[in-house]
Amino acid sequence: MVPLSYYLVLSGILFVCGVLGFLIKRNIITIFMSIELMLNGVNLSFVAFAAQWQSLSGQVFVFFVMVVAAAEAAVGLAIIIAVYRTRETLNVDQVNLLKL
Amino acid sequence: MTPNPYLWLVPILPLAGAAINGFLGRHSSKKAITAIALIFCGAASAMALFLAAGFSSTSAPYYYDFAHWIRSGNFQVDFSFYLDQLSLVMLLVVTGVGFLIHIYSVGYMWEDDGYYRFMAYLNLFMFFMLTLVLAKNYLVMFIGWEGVGLASYLLIGFWFIKDSAAAAGKKAFIVNRIGDFGFLIALFLMIKHFGSLDFTHVFAAVRTLPTETGGAGLLTAIGLLLMVGAAGKSAQIPLYVWLPDAMEGPTPVSALIHAATMVTAGVYMVSRSSAIFDRAPMAMMVVAIIGTLTALFAATIGIAQTDIKKVLAYSTVSQLGYMFMACGVGAFSAGIFHLMTHAFFKGLLFLAAGSVIHGIGGEQDMRKMGGLRVYMPVTFLTMSIATFTIAGFPPLAAYFSKDEILWKAYSSPNGSWVFWLIGVITAFITSFYMFRLWFLTFFGDYRGAAAPEAHGHDDHGHDDHGHGHGHGEPHESPWVMLGPLVILAILSVVGGWVGIGDRFEHFLAPVFQSGATAELAHETAGEAAGKGTETLLMLISVTAAILGFLLAWALYLRRPQLPARIAAALGGLYQAVAHKYYIDELYGVLFVKPLIDGSTTILWHGVDQGVIDAAVNDSATAARHVSDNARHMQSGNLRSYAGWVAAGGALVIAYMVWMGIR
Repeated sequence: MVPLSYYLVLSGILFVCGVLGFLIKRNIITIFMSIELMLNGVNLSFVAFAAQWQSLSGQVFVFFVMVVAAAEAAVGLAIIIAVYRTRETLNVDQVNLLKL
Repeated sequence: MTPNPYLWLVPILPLAGAAINGFLGRHSSKKAITAIALIFCGAASAMALFLAAGFSSTSAPYYYDFAHWIRSGNFQVDFSFYLDQLSLVMLLVVTGVGFLIHIYSVGYMWEDDGYYRFMAYLNLFMFFMLTLVLAKNYLVMFIGWEGVGLASYLLIGFWFIKDSAAAAGKKAFIVNRIGDFGFLIALFLMIKHFGSLDFTHVFAAVRTLPTETGGAGLLTAIGLLLMVGAAGKSAQIPLYVWLPDAMEGPTPVSALIHAATMVTAGVYMVSRSSAIFDRAPMAMMVVAIIGTLTALFAATIGIAQTDIKKVLAYSTVSQLGYMFMACGVGAFSAGIFHLMTHAFFKGLLFLAAGSVIHGIGGEQDMRKMGGLRVYMPVTFLTMSIATFTIAGFPPLAAYFSKDEILWKAYSSPNGSWVFWLIGVITAFITSFYMFRLWFLTFFGDYRGAAAPEAHGHDDHGHDDHGHGHGHGEPHESPWVMLGPLVILAILSVVGGWVGIGDRFEHFLAPVFQSGATAELAHETAGEAAGKGTETLLMLISVTAAILGFLLAWALYLRRPQLPARIAAALGGLYQAVAHKYYIDELYGVLFVKPLIDGSTTILWHGVDQGVIDAAVNDSATAARHVSDNARHMQSGNLRSYAGWVAAGGALVIAYMVWMGIR
């Protein structure tokens, strides 16, 4: 059996990849995918713990996260399309109107 | 005491009139306004007569509890009314003279745009004055007291577009505040020590206390504070300054409020509190001294005034001084007697002066009058009666009342020959300035006729009531104005006769029980010696009146060029008198200017702007600066937000890891 720590390290690596992608990338789509990466990193740790402790709670959480992620994807993509239509760019540094 | 359910109707009726005219008058015809004002005021007068009928010197007082007001533990104050011999006299004076002046006002104010307003205010005044007079406790009295002050303010400033009138109204109101402050403190003392403001309870409690002969105690304090209130309302030194300025109001107002009724409220209040003053000889002494000084002081100012209404105003102050002198020596009934006759003759003097002013187109300067007896015979006749009355010629009203006061000032145990002497000197001066007014106004040649158009409407002096018609010739006033003059003239003649044989004093005796009994005992003791002295003193005061007449005749009719030369010879002294001893200027420097400066620098610039406004403004500025800096965090740059979030998250994790290690 693969030890728990392996899963957690992988989960951490995935999450950090997601964070770095979120911070570094300028394309909204990429940023969006980085968010998914972070979510899946967390999901991995959930199922790892669920398997470790023989508890269903972690798996239930994963389902919730997937459902929310799906909903988020739908809404997020819609917003991205709307942004693209009005501003004709996907560079987040140019989408900075929301300020004082 | 007998309950009498009609009592409350007396004040309520004029209030109804005021309400109707005040709310609906703007769109009513003048006839309707007149009818309402006169009917409601007349009904109150009729009611007063109805109450007076069957009320004798032995009657128990009437009372009526109209409604509960304040009930707190043992302390209670109700809206209750009270009628005894003293309030009956006041009631008859107020409703009688008040009604006559209402009638007069119809003629005097008919042309004025604010006619409905004027009538409503007059009725409102009647309501408050009757409340004051009929109150059963000090607090209801205080309502009336403040209310007449309000009505006075409204009516002085009746022509409010004129700056001087508005300022005079404010001055009257503010000076009265000072007096009311004393009155209120006196009420608080009564509540604290007697637990009641009801006249009956308070006086019963006072009568159980010993007379404060040696030093000053509670009763002296209450008495002095009441006197402060009375000095404000009744224009005594040092608070008399508002009354001459109050002449800015229409003349009927001067007659009703500032001569006949409201200004005598202080005398009434002091007399009503006679039980307190009886046991506070020091307070009595102060009242007598203030009264005497005011009488003399105001009379001397009256000599040099040229405005006909100002002369009468100072005369009023002086006569009120007489009344306080009487109260101060314990002769309350004499004070009230003079109050009554004064209401007749001074009301008459003002109304006649108003008739003169009306007849020559608003001119008030006596130097521009003269010879008017030809043009306005009825006014001349009634004014003559009033002038001879106030000078104290027998057998006119003031002869009886003034001599009563002078005699009491001399003979009463609290009195002294000093009061009497000053009183007689004042009587001489009074006679002089009143005949000066009389000669200047009615004798000689008309000095305004030379250029009647030149000082027509644009140069109206003070009493600017803008008549539509021209004023080439002085003319007699209409009968609606002359009628009240004639009635008041008759009253000025016969009004004093009720005092013959001390009948008036005996009528009021039940009210002034303690004081009067002491007085009567004293009188019987010195009866034999007293009669001769009384006659002698009477002769002296009549002589003083005649001397005043002769002096005025010599100066203003026979040698009219003399007064100017005397004035020039006296120089500074004359200037001081003509400028009212610079008292207004003195008050201005002593009180008004420091108050304004202090308020401006400390209260306005210092406290209001420096502390209150600054606290609000500075906290707003601080909030703005902080937010101004903080808003730079919100750049709109998504990745910088993400950076902040990541940094925050890293910080949290670092903290938790660090805690875990530890």
